[in-house]
Amino acid sequence: MTVTRAAVDPLSVLDRPNSYIGKTVPRPNLDRLLQGRGQYVSDLELPRMAHVVFLRSPYAHAKIVAINADIAKRMPGVISVVTGRELEAVITPWVGVLSHLKGLKSAPQYAIAIDRVCWQGEAVAAIVATNRAAAEDAMEKVAVDYEELEAVTDMRTALDPSTPVIHPSLGDNLAFERIHSAGDVDHAFSESDAVVEADFVFGRHTGVTLEPRAVVADWNAAEARLTIYQGTQAPHMVQNIAALHLGLKDAQVRVVCNDVGGSFGIKVHIYADEMATYALSKLLRRPVKFVADRIESFNTDIHARDHRCKGRVGVRQDGTITAFEIDDLTGIGPYSMYPRTSAIEANQVVNLVGGPYITQNYRARARVVFQNKNVMCQYRAVGHPIACSVTEGLVDLAAAKIGMDPVEIRRRNLIADNAYPCASPSGMKFEQLSHHASLAKLLQMMRYDALRTEQAALRKRNIHRGIGIASFIEVTNPSAAFYGVGGAKISSQDGVAVRMDAQGSVICQTSITEQGQGSESLTAQIVGSVLGVSMERVRVILGDTDNTPYGGGTWASRGAGIGGEAALQAAKILRSNIVDVAAAILQSNPAALDIVDNHVVNTSDGVPRIELNELARIVYFRPDTLPPGIQPELMATRHFVPRQYPFAFTNGVQASWLEVDTDTGFVKLLKHWVVEDCGTIINPQLVDEQIRGGVVQGLGAALFEKCIYDERGQLINANMADYLVPMSGEMPDIEVAHVVSPTLESELGAKGAGEAGTAGAAAAVANAVNDALRPFGATITEIPLTPQVILTALGRI
Amino acid sequence: MTAPVPVSLLVNGDPVEAIVLPRLNLADFLRDNLKLTGTHVGCEHGVCGACTVRVNGEIVRSCLILAVQAQGSSVETIEGLSDSGEIADLQAAFRERNALQCGYCTPGMLITAQDLLKHTSAPDRGAIRDHLSGNYCRCTGYQAIVDAVEATARARAERST
Ligand code: FES
Ligand code: FES
Repeated sequence: MTVTRAAVDPLSVLDRPNSYIGKTVPRPNLDRLLQGRGQYVSDLELPRMAHVVFLRSPYAHAKIVAINADIAKRMPGVISVVTGRELEAVITPWVGVLSHLKGLKSAPQYAIAIDRVCWQGEAVAAIVATNRAAAEDAMEKVAVDYEELEAVTDMRTALDPSTPVIHPSLGDNLAFERIHSAGDVDHAFSESDAVVEADFVFGRHTGVTLEPRAVVADWNAAEARLTIYQGTQAPHMVQNIAALHLGLKDAQVRVVCNDVGGSFGIKVHIYADEMATYALSKLLRRPVKFVADRIESFNTDIHARDHRCKGRVGVRQDGTITAFEIDDLTGIGPYSMYPRTSAIEANQVVNLVGGPYITQNYRARARVVFQNKNVMCQYRAVGHPIACSVTEGLVDLAAAKIGMDPVEIRRRNLIADNAYPCASPSGMKFEQLSHHASLAKLLQMMRYDALRTEQAALRKRNIHRGIGIASFIEVTNPSAAFYGVGGAKISSQDGVAVRMDAQGSVICQTSITEQGQGSESLTAQIVGSVLGVSMERVRVILGDTDNTPYGGGTWASRGAGIGGEAALQAAKILRSNIVDVAAAILQSNPAALDIVDNHVVNTSDGVPRIELNELARIVYFRPDTLPPGIQPELMATRHFVPRQYPFAFTNGVQASWLEVDTDTGFVKLLKHWVVEDCGTIINPQLVDEQIRGGVVQGLGAALFEKCIYDERGQLINANMADYLVPMSGEMPDIEVAHVVSPTLESELGAKGAGEAGTAGAAAAVANAVNDALRPFGATITEIPLTPQVILTALGRI
Repeated sequence: MTAPVPVSLLVNGDPVEAIVLPRLNLADFLRDNLKLTGTHVGCEHGVCGACTVRVNGEIVRSCLILAVQAQGSSVETIEGLSDSGEIADLQAAFRERNALQCGYCTPGMLITAQDLLKHTSAPDRGAIRDHLSGNYCRCTGYQAIVDAVEATARARAERST
């Protein structure tokens, strides 16, 4: 681990005795999951609970002429069949726009379609029954008359005058456009020795969380309260949105989120069928459960990416990159997703292209268009893989054009490690990045020169291996600049409350959530360290809007950086409160006391003075023995949000080593390396595993994953057998190392690490494939890199 | 034939009698009828391995067989394997290595890994990856799982010599 600056002052809480910060400790509560005793929403059962299934449109675009549910309603077990029109009485429609994305438009979306369906998979009726099988049986008997309409499927022609407009009230199919220009791009291109251009194509893929989306909504008419059990990344957002559209106060809605079987951004949105489930519970006055089946997941979980991006780079013979230019087109389905909107990704692409490099000449256009396909929205590493693949693909092409090694061109253009703070040509503010230190570490890990020698030797034997490198920047710790400024009620701050119980154990309630990243662990590690309490004595409560402070939740790599800092600050206050009481009990001075290893000790000689359980006993059961005027507060709450930098940018670099079989087009991944800088590392193992998981998701996009639609807007591979994801047999070992540049915006110094793996993996693989194919003069700028794509590029098919 | 039929079987060693519809699959039977929620359902079409259980000692995908097909057999789920202590060392290795994130694939992974370790005493990483290649994990990237299985194999081999 390389530390870029000595940010940590010697008296910092990070240096307390017996600190857990920076140590690998197993996550608490894992036994529950290891014994199959977790509680996922799909496991939940409540008394009188009904099950809902949704009848979904088989057409991508059609008018609903009539729905006849008479037979279905009479079938055994059926409680109700509800159409969009009937549900409209309980829940209002929504429009997914944000005011800071100027010009972004979308149409009102209903929980269940009323007159018209706009994608294959949009729900047209809800069938509620006492059990799921009965609901599914009845669903087959609901007759819907459709009048099929022309479907808009190809984003390249979505804006043509001859293409039908999906929402006539909007005037055209353009949801959002952003144009950005910095520096003197034309001049820079004219001064280049070479200009390289390429069309990058990114397939649509989706999250495929292993546990599908699941929700149980429980309207208690006697209390006039709705409890929503949902596997979500943002409980308070769900609370706010559900209340808003059901005409309730926030206080009437409680959102509970226990174990979640994978999220990756899929579960940070609120879907129409989930809204419908909340509304059905209110309408039918009983708990209603919805669990998507796998086909529904493919048809309705947000899809991601789907970009076509024309990119251009100018370069001088000495390797200096003079300018970047992009023209990005992305298709988002028929609605901008609510409440985060589907324009954020294209906006992010504009923000991130060229980000690691010095050049200030940058021109970009991004257009976001509507289509009659499933909704497309934020998924892990929003916009990053697109920006990174375009930037790094162009840099490699430029290097090849001037005959320079891909490492050398990066060395000459990456922003210097001592140039910070500085800004990117898109206006992003960088506090401290470490591109050069990271690259140096990567080259050493992968033994770059030896690998090049090996590659050359193998080429002679007709074995085609490639090395691909990708530097990247990563947006983490988002502030209110992400959603709040645009009017979305998605909190950018998080809060933590810590309290000591009557036996000297500590309970913390945090607004960040857990989906397996280790939020519980990092919170317990921080609180335990700051308080001087062993981790076994710390219990973390999260995922419950009734029982945690208000906050954003866990998305965009904000858990450790924002929720972690709130935990640190809350624990500091509690510590000083405890020390104050201890001073009163011990007739000492707070400055002379500290807490170490569950004991209040003398600062001077470390001698234990009182165990915390004894202190707690006195405070709670014998407060009469305390000196007059002392009112101990063994509880503290703190909130945190970054203010100075709208985002904590992190950086990293990845390398891929792979072999292409030029006869079959198959790619065999041999090894993958990552160097990442996420600032202070709280638990090295958890960070590394976040990165590995992210890399594998990126490798999936690079090689396998694609939602394939036909020209009528039918998703033709909506099952796990036809939609390929990485399995253990195809994945390489992934080596991870770190450079550490803590952010000075918080005492903890942590930035996020959740997107890094996904951000750069596809770019590294694509560059490696092109490197392997260089002797054949083939260049591919499309993912997934399927055998068909590779053989086509090789002219074999 | 769609009328309910009686089945009797052993689940985690306990005799179970039930009357079920012939179309009910074993995964749903375990989850819904017996409330053994440790058996997870990811795809319902035999691809993801989350629903893996043991039937008469062999691993099967419980979404691909019907409850009536389990008539007379002995079914073991993650709950049974945990309580008997049979996979305690494997579970400990998973915990130590953080070989799970969301934990949804984990019961199926553990049962599949235990199957490998029962049949092969010293599988190399390639063999482990092969054996687990029908079990989908979206969170971990697999490497930690492979490490945990490898470590368990090694520890078991040492114990038996
Ligand atoms: S649920 Fe049985 S294999 Fe996926
Ligand atoms: S740990 Fe989440 S799917 Fe494996």
